Order: sequence, then C-alpha cells, then structure tokens
Amino acid sequence: MDAVETLEIGSPGPLTTVQDIGRFGYGRYGVARSGAVDPFALRVANILVGNPEQEAGLEMTLMGFRAGVLTDIVVAVTGGDLQPFLNDKPMQMWRSLLLHKGDTLSLRGLRNGCRAYLALGGGLALSTVLGSKSTNLATKFGGFNGRPLRKGDILRTKDLRRSLKATGRVLDSGLLPSYGKSWTLRVLWGPQDEDFSSRVQDTFLEGPFRVTPQSDRTGIRLSGPLIEKRPGRPDSIISEGVIPGTIQVPPDGRPIIILGETVTGGYRKIATVITADLPWLGQIKPGDGVHFEQVSMEEAVRVLREMEDRLAGFRASFAAGA
Amino acid sequence: MELGDEISPSVNRCVRALFFELDHRVIQGIQELVPSYRSLLVIYNSLVISSSRLREEIRVAYRELKHTPAPRFRTVRVPVAYGGVYGPDLEWVAAYQGISPEDVISYHTGETYQVYMLGFTPGYPYMGDLPEAIVTPRRETPRTSVPRGSVAIAQNQTGIYPVESPGGWHVIGRTPLKLFDLKKNPPALLEMGALVEFYAISEEEMARWMP
Repeated sequence: MDAVETLEIGSPGPLTTVQDIGRFGYGRYGVARSGAVDPFALRVANILVGNPEQEAGLEMTLMGFRAGVLTDIVVAVTGGDLQPFLNDKPMQMWRSLLLHKGDTLSLRGLRNGCRAYLALGGGLALSTVLGSKSTNLATKFGGFNGRPLRKGDILRTKDLRRSLKATGRVLDSGLLPSYGKSWTLRVLWGPQDEDFSSRVQDTFLEGPFRVTPQSDRTGIRLSGPLIEKRPGRPDSIISEGVIPGTIQVPPDGRPIIILGETVTGGYRKIATVITADLPWLGQIKPGDGVHFEQVSMEEAVRVLREMEDRLAGFRASFAAGA
Repeated sequence: MELGDEISPSVNRCVRALFFELDHRVIQGIQELVPSYRSLLVIYNSLVISSSRLREEIRVAYRELKHTPAPRFRTVRVPVAYGGVYGPDLEWVAAYQGISPEDVISYHTGETYQVYMLGFTPGYPYMGDLPEAIVTPRRETPRTSVPRGSVAIAQNQTGIYPVESPGGWHVIGRTPLKLFDLKKNPPALLEMGALVEFYAISEEEMARWMP
C-alpha cells in the first residue's frame, strides 16, 4: 500500500504535533503516555473520516496553522473552534469534507476552546514507536521525526481511495461539546487527600481557580486560593506513578492538573479529574476559570459509560454503510 | 496500591512481587501498571472492570504472593568513567564529604544497588541505597542540561540519565551504556528490581566504547 503526499505545512502555528490516543504499557519504563489532550475530539475526527478512532491526527494549538492540500482527501476538523477556513471561506467543523488538490486549509484564530484536531482519511503514514504514533516532545521520538511540525513538512497518508467514501458525515448534535471560559471539572478525592484538612478540601472545592499562562501540554497550572497541606507534613511524597487528570499540589500550594507528558511525580495529589471530563483538559486555556466538583466513583463510571455508549452509537451508525 | 510508607529494599520488593503477579495474570480491564518505591499504580478501564472487582482481584493476587516468588533479580554491571569532563561534580562531592575523589568512587562502586523504579525520563533508574559516607543533598541549582549516560547521586539515591535532560543531581561520572534504546524491546536497559553494580573505567576506555 503506497503512501501519498497529502498535506504540506505552510505554518504550524505555536504548536502542531502528531498525536494518537496515546502510548500505553510503557509507564513501567518511565515512558509517558503522550497523545491527544482532548481524546474525544480526535476520536470523533477519526470516525468522521472513516479511520479507526485511535488513529493519529494533527493537534493544533490556538491559531496560525496553515497547510496546502496536495491531493484530493477527506478530512475532518474537530475540537476547539479556531476558525478553520477552506481557501477564503469558513469551513464547517465536526463533519467530514472532501478537499481538493490546491486547496488551502487554515486556522484564523481562537473563538473557543484551545486545541483543534485534524484527521486525514486513511490515516497518517508514520511508523509507530513503542506502539503509538504520538509525539513524545520531551524525549523527541514518535510522531513526525519526534518533533512539532514545521513549515515545509509534508505529511503522507495511506489508503486514500477507500476513505474517499467517508465524506459528508456529521456529528450528532447531541454529542457536540460546547466550550466556554469557565469549566466545572468533576473529581474523585485522592490519592493523598488526607494530607489536606477538611477545611482546605472545602477551599479546593470552592475555588475558583484561574488557568495561568505557564500552562501547556505538560500541565494546567492554576492560581487561586492556596491549597496548604496539613502542618508538619513533608514538602514532597515518595515519588510514584501519576495519570492524566491527577491534580498535584506542590509546596507553593498552587495546584497543577497533570496531562499525558508526565509518568511519575513526587508531589501530593489531592484529587483526580474523572475520565469522562479529561477531554475538557485539552480545551482549557490560560485565563479560563476552573471549578472542581466532587462526585462518587459510581457517578464517574455512569457518566463515562453514557459518553462511551453515545460515541459507540455514533460510530455504529456508519458501520453498515461504510 | 500502597505497600508501605518508606524507601526501603523490602517494601520495594513487595511492590515488585505484586507488579509481576498482576502483570502475569493479565486481568481484563487493566491498561497499565506503574511500579514505584512503595506503591503500584494500576490504571484500568472502569467500564471493563469495576473498582470493587479489581480490588478483589488485587487482594487475591496479593494473597498468592507467598506461593509464587517473583522472578530472580538480574544483576547488571555498569562501567563508569568517573570525574573529569564526565563527572564535573565528583570533586565537589568529595570536598563536601571531606574525603578524596577516589574514596567517593570506591564507596560508589562498593555497593550493589536495587532499581526502585523508573521514571522522570524514559529509562531513568532510581537506585539505592548509597553508603552513608556519600549521601549528599541535591544540587542547589539544577542544570538545564545533563548529557546522556551521566551517573549521578542525590540524597541516598543514585541514577543514570538515559537521555539528555535537565537535572538536579550531582554528576560524578558517565557510562557508555545506552539506558534507553527505542530499537530494543523492552526499550529500557534496567527494569524495576534489577540489581546494579558500578565499576570504574578510564577516560580512554570510555572514549573507545563510544561509537
């Protein structure tokens, strides 16, 4: 199966990387998961173009992305509304479209959210490294030569012909996320919540917090009320594994929501964002407000099941005709 | 899963034993296991296995531990060119401890270390415990870049930087061995629980070793 040159990067914007659903199974060797910070948007983009939903796409940040189309191809743009344009016209998001050779795809600027995802029908012709096409930015492997995309990079796609059928697919409006500037993230306590007094736990839930400009793919840094450990406890804990969504509290009392680039850490973790809310972490941007709401494990599982069931229903609606 | 509240070889062996046992059982719904000093992170899909069911599975595995000993510890000998350009902090550590650089080397090579966990960067082994005589607090100012292969110490731990990265430990030498290699499976030279012995090589041997 020959790969075809499909996209030439004219401008990557501040950060455009190749990401799939993440690199699993290598945490034991100190290898972080990486992957799309908003996995929901990437999965939907893949379903829309007829790809397996774990396929890699482009994760584009805030603004400034531009690329030229080198051959007819089906694409979908999902995630934050960064105002995608096809040539000089606004392009619809959350649906698959056939682009033609010579077209230009660009992002004109942020309307809401933080990251947009571009899936290419047929999938990116890149080799997997440790089971994934995601870019590990810190150690520089995976993705496109282990680095963010640059002007002049040419992306290649495999299996174009079959995917050309998957055009005109639209996400059900019931599944369409809406992104604001103020977020409520549902959390489960722990693992080290007992190192914080119940008064401090209340403060944590009252917030509100604001996202600082130092936030990036490694973590969402929050300012707001200080979250202080119980007096007498040491500054750090014995290092251990962490997961995306873990909220760690360094000695300065300013919480950080860990994303997929970290595998171990030595700070206390007061709470953890539930899996169903992880996609929001990819769309929270500096300046946004964040508020935490405690839920039970049963509730966390229930909302995750609800989300996955709806996504499965959406996926199945194409299975018969595809 | 927490198996203790301290950094010690015995607690870490419990973590390792449970890690191997759960890994071996291939329980549906477990996505990933990340062992560390005193705890084992079990990442699972709550739609495949419930937390109560998973807890029960872990309890069963834990009870079985005494019947199924974990795999033997593998010993890896690691060559190190100490001091000079490869170990810029060796002199400082010696002065801090009031001993000679040769003493630091002989203390460092005189012990067998246990790999407590991998983390920080891919393949980075946290190893202990250092002999009391060279236990040294971490650098006041971390370096923004530490070369690949650097052998370093901090508190009662020793580590090796598998890839170039920032770092706050005292660099006392460098090994020509590749700690993290994407072409290998597993990609890390050392795994949790491996035993490590360092031995000194000259700068010339180090230079010859390099490709």
